[in-house]
Amino acid sequence: MRLKQIVLLTALAVAVGSLTGCDTVKPWQRKTLADYTMRGDRDPIGESIADHIFFSREMASGGKGVGGGGCGCN
Amino acid sequence: MNISRLKKFTLATLLAATFFTAQAALKVGDRFPDLNGFKLEGKLPDALKGKIVIVDFWASWCQPCKESFPAMNDLQKQYGDQGLVIIAVNEDEEKSDMQDFLKANTAAFTVVRDAKQQLVAVAGIQTMPSSFILDDTGKVRFTHTGFHGTETRKEYGQQIEALLKK
Repeated sequence: MRLKQIVLLTALAVAVGSLTGCDTVKPWQRKTLADYTMRGDRDPIGESIADHIFFSREMASGGKGVGGGGCGCN
Repeated sequence: MNISRLKKFTLATLLAATFFTAQAALKVGDRFPDLNGFKLEGKLPDALKGKIVIVDFWASWCQPCKESFPAMNDLQKQYGDQGLVIIAVNEDEEKSDMQDFLKANTAAFTVVRDAKQQLVAVAGIQTMPSSFILDDTGKVRFTHTGFHGTETRKEYGQQIEALLKK
């Protein structure tokens, strides 16, 4: 019974501990996200082609993406 | 196992997990941690007591940080004689990134590097750049998140003058 309790407690602690194992990128670790190549709007011609496809196929235009990269600056 | 004990254990573990993952940002009125306790690379000014200090967190990849440098140079020049000290804390993971940046952008103020990224974590920075204006006793009196050009520059000036008058 005692051993069972210990095993159960350890398993529970590991399970809960692993929940916090997922980490987000800290605001000061966003060098890669801030790179120009991470920008969704870095290629205006590609953007307009994609827009044209969306419009032709889905009658949808605009309303996508946000400005800037992923650096979260400002 | 007793159900109530299991509940208590789970609750305690969850609370502990929350405590260790959530890092509250420094706010106005808090005492800023002693910079000497963070093994920052670079030379800190000898005496900060009695000075108005701006601690600014920046990184080379952050465009608004770059834009803030001329304003910081300007502030240091304007208020340096009256007791303003600007300490820019670099948060680049690669030291060479900081060095390359400083070759291209002049800094007329103290620059140190938080290589282990400990100070930035203690300060609970959420935005780059972020800065804290400390009064002559080392307490946080104003905070800034981001740099918004002349608007931020003007605020800095007003806040520094308010602290210098005291």
